[in-house]
Amino acid sequence: MFKVILRILKYSKPYKLSLIGAVIFSFIGVLLSLFVPVLIGKGVDVMIGKGKVDLAKLFQICLILALTVVTSSSFQWFSSLATNRLSYNTIRDIRKDYFLKLGIVPLKFIDKNTRGELISRAVNDIETVSDGLLQGFTQLFSGLVTIIGTLVFMMTVNVRIALIVMILTPLSLFTAAIITKLSHDSFVKQSEMRGRMSSFTEEMIGNQKVVKAFCYEDRAMEEFSKINKALKKSGIRSVFFSSMTNPTTRFVNGIIYAAVGTAGAFSAVGAAGFLGVMTKGQLSSFLLYSNQYTKPFNEISGVVTELQNAAACAERVFSVIDSEPEPSDENKPVLKAADGTVSIKDLSFSYQPDKPLIHDFSLDVKRSGQKIAIVGPTGCGKTTIINLLLRFYDADSGTISISDTDIKTVTRDSLRSCFGMVLQDTWLFAGTIAENIAYGKENATIEEITDAAKAAHAHSFIKRLPNGYDTIIDEEGGGLSQGQKQLISIARIMLTDPPMLILDEATSNIDIRTEQRIQRAFEKLMNGRTSFVIAHRLSTIKNADMILVMRDGNIIEQGDHYDLIAQNGFYKKLYMSQFE
Amino acid sequence: MLKLRRFLKNYKKELILGPFFKLLEAIFELIVPIVMSKMIDNGITQNDKPYIWKMSIIMVILGVCGLGFALTCQYFAAKCAYGFGTELREALYKHINSLSHSEIDKFGTSSLITRMTNDTMLVQNGVNMFIRLAVRAPFLIIGATVMSMLIDVKLSLIVIGSSLMMVGAIALVRKKTLPMFKNIQKGLDKLSLLTREALDGVRVIRAFSKQKQETDKQLDENRRLAKACVSAGRVSAILSPLTFMIMNLGAAAIMWFGGIRADAGDITQGEMTAFVNYMNQLLLVLIVLSNLIVIFSRASSSAARINEVFETLPSIDNGSTVKADTDKPAVQFENVSFKYPGASEDSLSSISFTLEKGETLGIIGSTGSGKSTLVNLIPRFYDVTKGCINIFGINIKEYDMTALRSMIGYVPQKAVLFSGTIRDNMKWARPDATDNEIISALKTAQAWEFVKKMPNGINSHVSQGGKNLSGGQRQRITIARALVGAPPIVIFDDSMSALDFLSDSELRKAIKNDLSESTVIMISQRASTLKNADNIIVLDDGVSAGQGTHEELLESCEEYREIYSSQTN
Repeated sequence: MFKVILRILKYSKPYKLSLIGAVIFSFIGVLLSLFVPVLIGKGVDVMIGKGKVDLAKLFQICLILALTVVTSSSFQWFSSLATNRLSYNTIRDIRKDYFLKLGIVPLKFIDKNTRGELISRAVNDIETVSDGLLQGFTQLFSGLVTIIGTLVFMMTVNVRIALIVMILTPLSLFTAAIITKLSHDSFVKQSEMRGRMSSFTEEMIGNQKVVKAFCYEDRAMEEFSKINKALKKSGIRSVFFSSMTNPTTRFVNGIIYAAVGTAGAFSAVGAAGFLGVMTKGQLSSFLLYSNQYTKPFNEISGVVTELQNAAACAERVFSVIDSEPEPSDENKPVLKAADGTVSIKDLSFSYQPDKPLIHDFSLDVKRSGQKIAIVGPTGCGKTTIINLLLRFYDADSGTISISDTDIKTVTRDSLRSCFGMVLQDTWLFAGTIAENIAYGKENATIEEITDAAKAAHAHSFIKRLPNGYDTIIDEEGGGLSQGQKQLISIARIMLTDPPMLILDEATSNIDIRTEQRIQRAFEKLMNGRTSFVIAHRLSTIKNADMILVMRDGNIIEQGDHYDLIAQNGFYKKLYMSQFE
Repeated sequence: MLKLRRFLKNYKKELILGPFFKLLEAIFELIVPIVMSKMIDNGITQNDKPYIWKMSIIMVILGVCGLGFALTCQYFAAKCAYGFGTELREALYKHINSLSHSEIDKFGTSSLITRMTNDTMLVQNGVNMFIRLAVRAPFLIIGATVMSMLIDVKLSLIVIGSSLMMVGAIALVRKKTLPMFKNIQKGLDKLSLLTREALDGVRVIRAFSKQKQETDKQLDENRRLAKACVSAGRVSAILSPLTFMIMNLGAAAIMWFGGIRADAGDITQGEMTAFVNYMNQLLLVLIVLSNLIVIFSRASSSAARINEVFETLPSIDNGSTVKADTDKPAVQFENVSFKYPGASEDSLSSISFTLEKGETLGIIGSTGSGKSTLVNLIPRFYDVTKGCINIFGINIKEYDMTALRSMIGYVPQKAVLFSGTIRDNMKWARPDATDNEIISALKTAQAWEFVKKMPNGINSHVSQGGKNLSGGQRQRITIARALVGAPPIVIFDDSMSALDFLSDSELRKAIKNDLSESTVIMISQRASTLKNADNIIVLDDGVSAGQGTHEELLESCEEYREIYSSQTN
């Protein structure tokens, strides 16, 4: 935890002026605020009785009091401002490093972690760091200054009564510890029950239509009641225990208050020699001190848990920042215009070392314009081929060459720019349709964009949208159907005009007319280009120059349609099932 | 929030006693400064030691009683709030269960989930805080004001004046920062949207070598967010020093004017101490109160969202027929039209067909043509707007809902499984299904092959949503789930899309053999899947574009020909 905190402090180095300012201002502000009870006590001492009040002196005290208060609150304000600057800028820098790293980590890293988790680290975790660690740090500091300062001030007024307060302090800490311990278990239990409750509701109400289809409502209700009852039981306990903190601290405070009052009163009447002598005004300021003395203790114990929490979050953020980036492409040459030939030699690859996937795979595409169809049941690992061709992942052994150049020897960017890729789950970003089409060619003119859309058979539906090419696509896709989104991503490729293609045919849920358009657009796109197609349509498969049949991640058969039928293997079975 | 008070019915005792005990504690809290001032004025001034002892013992007793009262109140508050929350959740869930699909569509499931979890928690928290603070805070405010007025009316004007300033300061800062915090929330949402986008599209982004632009977008938003945070922080940073200042300048003013009054002999030193004390108490309570207002306003907007659900009544009522005459035609549509609530046009118009027992009906058409809508009408997920649907010769509106739905095995488009074992999932349609029935359904659905190989067979664990199974496996189990006990009618809502051709054809063969008695309705995008059906309906924009067997449709239906030829070349 200490190491993590140090590292965060390192991030705040550029803002060390703010840090120093925050600490100094807070120190002065807190210290001045501690003078307030002393001054009030002095004021009370002046009011001896009727006609005996030294108004000039009182005025002086009040003036000093007012000045002290104004200066102290100004310094506290300055300190808050400095803390703000410090924490938000530090957080911004940590987040910056996070995003920069996310842009260069290998795909393996992104595939391994769930999206939700990486997003939550970027947003929630870093937010917790800002709330807990940096604000907590200043709170901790001002809390300590308050405690020590109060003690010192009390000591200067009356050492022995100050000692009474010091002896009684552990009482406050002790009760707080007992309550924390008591409530901890019930809190764990409660959060577990709450988790169960929310996952149950998420599951059942999220699929309410299925629940209704199976008349499962009553059974679900029964289970819900059970969880609800258990939640009630643990909830009452934990809420009660946690709500004990305030009254108990108030009680301890009250005891200290009474003890100080009594001891002070005795020493004021001079009846307790060992406590020394004390004026009424001093007693008054002592009472004010004892009121504010226990507060920082509670705050500090709160800060400690928050610090731990923040450190844990920071650790998760740093683990991403520290992850290995993709090996650099620096000094590598650019892949010159690809001629559409691809040669794969003895390729082996696996995602996990103990589960070999592709083994000694070879393929030769000798001339441009060939179609390679990849076929197989869903989930058989067809995307693996894409991952390897575009170097999202690197093969374990063997080589892939394009235009007789090993793809590992050139820059990734130049390799990827030789391919146009259209995936089934289309990716569009929040922006206009025109911006989405022009994604691969930044300064495309509006004519080029419409031409590409026309070639992709997307122009007619885009034209009919309320804002045409300027229609904004939002988070949900802006009311576009799956098929329309795919047409837009085809238009995107039309605009960049790459020598090779990777296409992923849709399986279902695309309406038939759109699908025919996509098919025509695909054909136009493939004309004269080497293309790898993850194929679901018989017509595509039959017309392919080469078919790779995959099963459980492996390529099990390879050849054209007639070869494979003649082989009488898995492909034939797959093919014949069409006609049964 | 008042509309939800019926859920407090069983907790009247706690609801009254809780605040009552809190009130007692607050009264005691107000007495302490007086006791202290008496101790100073009478005890010290008159050197009366027994009096000092008496007063300090009274203070300790007041403290102990205060603690006891406070704890009693907290206990009642916890019990009442959680009791209320539990009954509220129970009733809300029951109500949601009674809603039909149209009402669920109106809210959306994710919104129902938030209402069920977050909103009920916020309201419950509001009740808890209400009992604990709603009485205490105003009482302390009034009490402290009255007490200070009792000591000295003129000086108390300063107390009232500084309280008003405090309220003004808090309200002003809150009002200024509210839109700023909303702005920050928006920035955070934007940032997570951008991150999600960059992660979802990572392959496309890298294929176009656009990593730098994407990162730049994120960094821009990050900078903007930091700026928004700093400017909101600048305003809210003033709140705490400002309240400190108002509080203590008030004290200074009390000192000065108090000194003048003391000189005139109108106030004693002890009373001065009590005065400063009351003022401190008052101002601290005001801060608590301002937090309380935030909690209450959130709770009341949550309560409104919950009430919205309660006020929505189910639009489908239940019939009473429980027994069907299985000799009559299994499914019969007579001129059925359907319009979604709020839609301007019919989603289905004038659909008619008759399906005899044991026959298979295929439905094909593009997305949005009304295929799913058609089958959703059969289990009465929605009610027809015109025409009628008969099952085994009886209008479906006359059936008891449970009786109707348990005649139908329904396989939804989305393959959803629930956490539990495979056996638990298989028992959804029939709680009393035997293992043999389950296994035979799994066999028909081509799922037994892989379930058998799992370490615990049908006792294997399924995680929420079935995430630990592949898409194809999930789909096969959802099919098997509907087939348990061989229901008389089975509906497949495009439920074979994740299966390859081979499993698809084997599944159809098995259904034909094992469920020869059942009437099957099958939606598909693949013409080959429906080729052998006894009757096929081609839907186009909610209208039947053709009906008949595969051969008949090839002959007569242009749309069907188009679909078929595009898929088979």
